[in-house]
Amino acid sequence: MKAKNKIQKENFIISDGCCVQYGNTLALDNVTFKVSEGKMVAVVGPNGGGKSTLFNAMTGLVPLANGSIKIKGLDPDKAKNLIGYVPQKNLINWNFPVSVRQVVEMGLTNNNSLNPFSKKNNKVVMDSLSQVGLLDKIDNNVNKLSGGQLQRVFIARTLSQGADILLLDEAFSAVDVGAQEDLMEIINNIKLDGKTILIATHDINNIEEKFDEVLCLNRHCCAYGDASEVLTKEVMEEMYGSHNQMFKNHTPGNHGRNNGN
Amino acid sequence: MGIENLLEPFKYDFMIRSLITAVLSGIMLPALGSFTINRNMGFMADAMAHATLPIIAIGVFFGLSISVLGAPAAILIALLLGFIIKNTEVGEDTAIGIIFSSFFALGFILISVFNVSLNLEDLLFGQILAVSTFDVFIVFGLFIIVMSIFLIFFKQLLFYSFDPIGAKVRGLNVSFLNYLFLIILSLAIIGSLQTVGIILVLSMLIIPSAAAKLITKTFVNSIIFSVAFGVVASISGLYLSYFFNLPSGPSMSIVATLIFVITFLISKLINPVIAYLNLDI
Repeated sequence: MKAKNKIQKENFIISDGCCVQYGNTLALDNVTFKVSEGKMVAVVGPNGGGKSTLFNAMTGLVPLANGSIKIKGLDPDKAKNLIGYVPQKNLINWNFPVSVRQVVEMGLTNNNSLNPFSKKNNKVVMDSLSQVGLLDKIDNNVNKLSGGQLQRVFIARTLSQGADILLLDEAFSAVDVGAQEDLMEIINNIKLDGKTILIATHDINNIEEKFDEVLCLNRHCCAYGDASEVLTKEVMEEMYGSHNQMFKNHTPGNHGRNNGN
Repeated sequence: MGIENLLEPFKYDFMIRSLITAVLSGIMLPALGSFTINRNMGFMADAMAHATLPIIAIGVFFGLSISVLGAPAAILIALLLGFIIKNTEVGEDTAIGIIFSSFFALGFILISVFNVSLNLEDLLFGQILAVSTFDVFIVFGLFIIVMSIFLIFFKQLLFYSFDPIGAKVRGLNVSFLNYLFLIILSLAIIGSLQTVGIILVLSMLIIPSAAAKLITKTFVNSIIFSVAFGVVASISGLYLSYFFNLPSGPSMSIVATLIFVITFLISKLINPVIAYLNLDI
């Protein structure tokens, strides 16, 4: 039983040869990695490198052209309850003057949420907000918050949802340096509660201090592993250098003769 | 003008019928308007209203009233518009524009070909004083359906409208929510055609909501104010219609616009004071 638990813990998220195709372009090409429960993983890579696409694949928003992703042994479509998602800021409709409370409550909103006046979630909302230190802002309009505070509200939303896995897309853009540290501290505390956290970020400075593992994506998986070891010169070159030629003959399931990746 | 003058119109049955339909429209349109303006769907709503014309023409040709045709026509239009916009490659705005003008044109052609006896002016600008008891029942039925769905799905609609990707990740049925909103929007529009007419239904949908947005800070408050403005505009419009024999739609639109101008001035003058005092409304 113990051994079984250990296997489950180690195979918390498995991406096995995952391919995502948009039209004729392979946005993700044979991406393979494995995340253990309770790890904090940075997903880095250039713009268009597939960071958001990977998150979309993990949440079942885009279909896989080949390969598989398993979250706690489940397909992405079946694992929606397990994943808390913090979207990129530009995907939100900021026209809506919603309150902090309403955003956090969205974590508890599902297809069965049919009572607009229900107060039963109040305690969960308040607990989640106090975990991110924003309980005093509960009735504020989200449009009035700073970038860092907004991220914290969305993190509180994943907490109210009770998600085991947190996906944060571009978590640190539009967050100033001081607020980044606060945010990191909060995320670390959440990690201590046993959550598994994946953060897509452009910031690779001091990455080994902040994360357990790093996933380097440039449409394929350039490297994955311990944060202090993976970012070698070659990997950086592969990740941020241009190598479109490399993918020319790739199709889902067929990744060229010389390249096992 | 005393209270007797204000109550005087309501000794007539037709005025009571008009009042009921005006108030129902004045509630449901501005309530949905709060979502419509924040989702930039005004043009879409306008297209829905205009697209009803050919269906009305066909219906009247076969001897059916607008009220009877209303609900099926509204659902058909909502599904059609939703489908075309989702699958278009020419851009949403352009697709809506094409449907908007072509359906409206088709409506006029059908009216002419079928030689349908329709009072176009009433249809375009509203003629609330001609509402029958049967119409009142139909509008009331539509009102109950629209407002029930609006309230029951409020949290899901808000989640989906604010953060569509997040809602999808959370497992909400976003495609269903999208069509559901289009359907209740078109039901509310159809239910209000006799009150404000095809062309001016947009004004009751978006002007009260826009006015409310100027002077409120939270979404729920903006809906409450929007509905209040809508009711004031519809009742005032009814009075103007009765006392000065004006078409009801334009009267209501003008009052709504007046409210908007006043709230705009208030927001410019009072909001700085509220901000200074750090009050939350």
